[in-house]
Amino acid sequence: MTQEAAGTEEGSGAPAMASRRRLLRTGVVAGGAMLAASARAASPPDDPMWSRTLGPGVADRPYGQPSQYEKDAIRRYVPWLTQSTQSDVSFTPLQDQPGILTANGFFYERYHSGRPSVDPAQHRLLIHGLVDRPLLLSMDQLQRFPSVARIHFLECAANGGPEWPAAQLNSLQFTHGMVGCAEWVGVPLSTLLGEVGVKKEGKWVLVEGADGAHMDRSLPIEKCLDDCLVVWGQNGEALRPEQGFPLRLIVPGWQGNVSVKWLRRIEVGATPWYTREETGKYTELLPSGKALGFTWVNEAKSVLTFPCPEKPLTSGAGFYELRGLAWSGRGKIRQVDVSTDGGVSYTRAALQEPVLTKALTRFTLPWRWDGKPVLLQSRATDETGYVQPGIAELRKVMGTGSVYLNNSIQTWQVLADGSVNNVQLS
Amino acid sequence: MSSSPRRCAPARGSAPILAVILAATVVVGAAVLVPAAHAAAPGSYGIGTTPTEAEIAGWSIAVPPSGANLPPGHGSVSQGSDLFGTVCAVCHGAFGEGVADYPRLAGGVGSLATVAPAETVGSYWPYATTLFDFINRAMPFYAPHSLTPDQVYALTAFILNLNGIVPDGFVADAQTVPAVKMPNRDGFIWKDPRPLTHDTECMTKCVDPASLRITSTAKGDHLTPRTTGPVDDMKAKHP
Ligand code: HEC
Repeated sequence: MTQEAAGTEEGSGAPAMASRRRLLRTGVVAGGAMLAASARAASPPDDPMWSRTLGPGVADRPYGQPSQYEKDAIRRYVPWLTQSTQSDVSFTPLQDQPGILTANGFFYERYHSGRPSVDPAQHRLLIHGLVDRPLLLSMDQLQRFPSVARIHFLECAANGGPEWPAAQLNSLQFTHGMVGCAEWVGVPLSTLLGEVGVKKEGKWVLVEGADGAHMDRSLPIEKCLDDCLVVWGQNGEALRPEQGFPLRLIVPGWQGNVSVKWLRRIEVGATPWYTREETGKYTELLPSGKALGFTWVNEAKSVLTFPCPEKPLTSGAGFYELRGLAWSGRGKIRQVDVSTDGGVSYTRAALQEPVLTKALTRFTLPWRWDGKPVLLQSRATDETGYVQPGIAELRKVMGTGSVYLNNSIQTWQVLADGSVNNVQLS
Repeated sequence: MSSSPRRCAPARGSAPILAVILAATVVVGAAVLVPAAHAAAPGSYGIGTTPTEAEIAGWSIAVPPSGANLPPGHGSVSQGSDLFGTVCAVCHGAFGEGVADYPRLAGGVGSLATVAPAETVGSYWPYATTLFDFINRAMPFYAPHSLTPDQVYALTAFILNLNGIVPDGFVADAQTVPAVKMPNRDGFIWKDPRPLTHDTECMTKCVDPASLRITSTAKGDHLTPRTTGPVDDMKAKHP
């Protein structure tokens, strides 16, 4: 018999083991009868095994875990993208994210020198440069400043990068999973800059991490004083080490790389530093040979998360709810339109509350599938009136050799058997 | 919010406000204790310590194109060549050609406008100071920020020389590195031109159904890792 049938699998403590031994003994006696019972479906009229067993007690798993049946819902990576997992990216399983918040264990990772293990008691934030009063803060001291909680998405500028030349990865997780959304808790960067007093010549801010890469980026002072946050809280707990424990920057709506993790230094200067991450990387070489730099904003984007290659239509023709996520680095999502005919016509989807600025927004559309092949798309419009473009149109400007800035409309091809593929249209 | 008006008003300016608040505290207990963040003068929270010059200097490693903040020291192409061979070549190749998928550090000059552009330190990076800065902060990969200024200068000189940007006799120091003109110095547009597209919210007859073609599909490709079961390292497919 299986452990699942005994309903004790999720427990790891001694009592669970003891009851499992008892059940195994019973199993020897009951033999075939037990097996037959466990193989039987848990549907009515039968009362399933877990309804007739005492489950494990509280705090047997002091830090909770997902159900054992959710083992597929994990971050994954594309091994051929880089040479070393310490300078690499893993992807959020968006197909398993029901709402707008990304579970901390799902949130995509991007490291340039691996994940440091930072001791919060020793961690310091240094603020200096063109300021009246340089400041050194411990975590305790930093957490005394007035704080806010905000929900924002983070998206890597390279999300969808492999799709520039052609439809390459047959998966929602790998085409769109370099995005996540969380509630962040911390101090507005403007409060800290106010406390040190920025000099008149201070127009740019360098933010730097405590990882081996000493990851650093230049940000214009206007953005720093607008809505940037220095945060320690993420979705109901401390930041995860993957997301910069104990301290990171959040630059709402801008490419993830500038939201420097393990933040330890903020320097105010007169001009940008032109760091490697804003010259050699995170710039966009155009077919002309010229390159775009300082392209920070994540333009409006959307994708259907159901159905998708990982979540096909498994029950044949009939009613389904089309579901997806939309976001824009320029503000709120105004509307999302969904097409079932490859973009010939669109129907307006319903946006689900809350619709927040620079946050993932959930949309749905009731749909009756006739069982024939269809081409599904979603198209977001943000509050500036900007409409998400098709890939063919974007390529006219960006070419096919790009890495970053792919916010194009995704097409999912649904075949008659309900399977779903990533395709691109003319 | 502007940054300038607050800068000449040290804690003294806010003292009366604090005094009033402190007085109020006695009466109302844990009510509002400090002015709102945006109204605060520098230093008014009084939290944290003032770092020493040495503390600031120790962490201030960022080098802008002006070369400000470059440390004293120097290194030649030939010194860099020796060091690169022993410390860096295992990943980047003896000539900076890149081993396996580790970044290539040389070549590609003149390729940026072609169909097969090679974006390297030599062909793409606009400032030589960034090369010094990056080697110093992040390399070698397994032991970041472990090199001396002389070593970083020497490696900078060597990599610039590999790319034909400086002569064999070049010695890198705080004066010569910022003076190097990189081939792609003027290749960047530093002002975001987006939005690049201007679509409308077309709802019907947006494209001619007869013209609709599938140009590519990811179905049946061998590039997608498994999305069920344990994390797929694709070892079998990509030995
Ligand atoms: C163990 C392998 C390894 C060694 C040894 C190594 N590097 Fe690197 N190097 C890397 C990786 C990986 C990256 C990319 C890092 C990232 O993604 O941020 C890199 C990036 C670079 C870059 C930036 C390239 C670009 O185009 O962005 C330079 C320059 C560089 N290394 C120089 C050096 C020098 C100089 C040394 C010797 C002191 C060295 N590296 C030693 C692995 C290595």
